Amino acid sequence: MEITYLKAINEALHEEMRRDENVFVMGEDVAELGGAFKVTEGLLDAFGPERVIDTPIAEALIVGAGVGAAMLGMRPVLEMQFGDFISCAFDQIVNTAATLRYRHGGLASCPIVIRAPSGAGVHGALFHSQNPEAWFTRVPGLKVVAPATPYDAKGMLKAAIRDDNPVVYFEHKRLYRSVKEDVPTGDFTVPLGVAQVRRSGDDLSIVTYGGTLHQALEAANIAEREDGISVEVLDLRTLLPLDREAILAAARKTGKVLVVHEDRLTGGIGGEIAAIIGEHAFEYLDAPVRRLAMLDTHNAFSPPLEEFILPNTAKIVAAVRDLWAY
Amino acid sequence: MEIERDKLLAMYRTMRRIRCFEERVRDLSIANEIPGFVHVSIGEEASATGVGAALRLTDRITSTHRGHGHLIAKGGRLDRMMAEIFGRRGGYCKGKGGSMHIADFALGILGANGIVGAGLPIATGSALAAVIQGRDDVTVSFFGDGAANEGAFHESLNLAAIWKLPVVFACENNGFGEFTPAQTVTSVADIAVRAQAYGIPGQIVDGNDVVAVHQAAAEAVARARRGEGPTLIECKTYRWEGHVVGEHAMIGTGQYRERAEIEQWRARCPIARMEKWLTERGLATADVFEAVAGEVRAEVEAAVEFARASESPDPKEVAEDLFV
Repeated sequence: MEITYLKAINEALHEEMRRDENVFVMGEDVAELGGAFKVTEGLLDAFGPERVIDTPIAEALIVGAGVGAAMLGMRPVLEMQFGDFISCAFDQIVNTAATLRYRHGGLASCPIVIRAPSGAGVHGALFHSQNPEAWFTRVPGLKVVAPATPYDAKGMLKAAIRDDNPVVYFEHKRLYRSVKEDVPTGDFTVPLGVAQVRRSGDDLSIVTYGGTLHQALEAANIAEREDGISVEVLDLRTLLPLDREAILAAARKTGKVLVVHEDRLTGGIGGEIAAIIGEHAFEYLDAPVRRLAMLDTHNAFSPPLEEFILPNTAKIVAAVRDLWAY
Repeated sequence: MEIERDKLLAMYRTMRRIRCFEERVRDLSIANEIPGFVHVSIGEEASATGVGAALRLTDRITSTHRGHGHLIAKGGRLDRMMAEIFGRRGGYCKGKGGSMHIADFALGILGANGIVGAGLPIATGSALAAVIQGRDDVTVSFFGDGAANEGAFHESLNLAAIWKLPVVFACENNGFGEFTPAQTVTSVADIAVRAQAYGIPGQIVDGNDVVAVHQAAAEAVARARRGEGPTLIECKTYRWEGHVVGEHAMIGTGQYRERAEIEQWRARCPIARMEKWLTERGLATADVFEAVAGEVRAEVEAAVEFARASESPDPKEVAEDLFV
């Protein structure tokens, strides 16, 4: 059945809560309201107030209490109402959750999922637009995922809930209602840590994830149609751990790699990808690895400013042509 | 509330064990046999002991960077604790965590923690889990006067209050947040009054009186177990030693407190005080105290030998336990 990205997440929550009574949902406005974006709609009616819990606006506590509950065998799904607010919980995620197992020598596990609606292009301004994934992708002990399609959104959330490690799950707000796809009704999961080739091509590879996947696919079609450039598109899906083999395979296949992400350029995952390719596939390259990302500024509010700083289809097409011409 | 003699003597022994263990840790740290930073709670044994004695096995605690006493009071093994403090494979965390991160989940010890205030949300979540799971286990969060100025303290008290969670917030006010006198950085003289802001009971207790601490803790734990919600207990005590063992080498002496103040508090030693209390009531005599002290010394020495005999971890193990 064709469902939206938002509905896919909602279905995953329903199904996992039905499957495992230890799964519960906690966050700001998640119960009575069904979430600011309606992602948790219907859960309160289905599972009751002990498993679908409205919290105070206290992100550090939401995550910290989630870790405490996880130590006792629960599997909390914790919502940051906007991914931008995750910085309030930063210590709880990178110090408390990510290190829990390690610092106690393997005695404990921390099966929490932190859902973070992220992403710009909705005129949300500085604190309702960010893509903060790179703050977390250098923290071992965490898994960081950013699904781009309804199928992945559902399958990866189910996998994240079943995973015994803390998972930060970035869901791109712009995709909630704009992306639809046929998603099977039966139970399925999508493994974490595995990238997927979304479009096969021979001349140039785009490596991307999350919101910019759809722009990259559009750009690839335009480049093929108008310039005859055959573009491969690799969807990373998981940012920690990175699927290094898939990245290297894409580089070896075409010799020209463009990394695209909506997170900022400096310190974004694109730098790590370029380094991996440089270290392990240098001899296959026909051009330097290029990056197209949000400019190194803040998420400005005014639409022309926001448009200017973000990647989009036209900018990706231009970057593809430029790299192809190298 | 009358406390049975066996329990009183058990509390006496616990305080002795904590004191002896930490004096040994301090000395081994100064002698450079223990690496890194250790924080001891010498002089503060009554708060850990009195609270710990109010808990059963399935109750839980979160602890702090100054947590040896809490862990011992909840049943932590001295040998595996000491091995961890030595950084050895036989330690609770296989040498990965050290003094500030010892945990024993089977004993309900959800971990010491090197981040000030980090235990409060964890304890709150543990109490939430108890409610969801339909268990009447209580969680105690030990923390210091410093943590009472962290946002995590306020977020946790608020949540525990609105949901009436079975958690007891046990503040050990030892007078100093690291090297800063608490009264210079805290808006109120008594942290316990902050309970009023959250509509929960707040109680000040003489933190060097193990009997008083125990009575307050037992009431708070019983209240939490009945589903009536959290309590904030402030144990007024004093840190005899520095923030970190060996600090004089780093910052010099007499930087932030007077010698006379330390001596005043040494005169209020919780162990000597309990000895007097037990003696006055005819519950124990000096030979009992001596026997306990001797047994505890032997136990701590055995723990040191266990730690010394334990291997150091192999560097090949460094990436183990990052993920499940």
